[in-house]
Amino acid sequence: MRHIYTWSGILVVVFFSVVGDILIARAMKQVGDVHAIVKRSGVWTVVGRVLSNSNFFLGVTAMAVAFFSLLFALSWGDVSLVAPAAASLTFIGNAFAAKIFLHERVDRRRWIAVVLVASGVALLAG
Amino acid sequence: MTFRKYLVLAGITVFAAAGDSMLSHGMKQTGTISIHHLQGVILAILNPWVAVGIVLLLAFFASYMNALSWADLTYVLPATSLGYVLLALVAKFALHEQVSPMRWLGIALISGGVGFVAGGPALTAQHPDANSKSPLLEKEARSGVPEHASAASTGAES
Repeated sequence: MRHIYTWSGILVVVFFSVVGDILIARAMKQVGDVHAIVKRSGVWTVVGRVLSNSNFFLGVTAMAVAFFSLLFALSWGDVSLVAPAAASLTFIGNAFAAKIFLHERVDRRRWIAVVLVASGVALLAG
Repeated sequence: MTFRKYLVLAGITVFAAAGDSMLSHGMKQTGTISIHHLQGVILAILNPWVAVGIVLLLAFFASYMNALSWADLTYVLPATSLGYVLLALVAKFALHEQVSPMRWLGIALISGGVGFVAGGPALTAQHPDANSKSPLLEKEARSGVPEHASAASTGAES
């Protein structure tokens, strides 16, 4: 029974982390290349654009939810399981979500990178 | 990829690793926070390690958003995962902790993954609503030519 709690906690963390990352990534693509904007019209233009982007606030909210569900998941399960499992599954989830929602071209090179990093993270903290 | 962009990626890596370790060090000093003792959160923020950790994580978030404005999510995440390796190396050489063979294997896998993604283009997606994207990037996104190769030859990105 405890396992079910732990794993559903992990899945909730992964879900909100992925949602947060995708929304922030989309927000920053809508803002545009920060280096180019700063060069053209200054830092405050970037700040203004970020703060007027609704995806940014939704993304930060999702990340905050992910953070607090991680705290709860950590109180149910071992740190050595919860932290690496959540981090590594978030990598995999992000690759799928970025392909579907951000239309990134996740080619074989990137899949290999994602799988290597995800399994490395799992080993490292395990 | 310009030198400045590599600096941003390095910033993400270092700020995340340093912020996380300072936060965890500080939280071990303040003790467990439970839902019934929320005043513990205030005490935790007053701890200097936690405070510096939070500032570093804010710096991480700013560099992370900076990177996402010119690179794919599936590029930024693996490219900055060297932070995990950094943490393990700090544990080994600064804190003299034992790093098991399994962890060395993990370090090798992550480094391999970073090498894989760093050799490819940083931006592949088409973003019609991004108003500052150069036609150069769109062209290379379709052809799959690494960004630095074409940018160096035309000198368009400086």
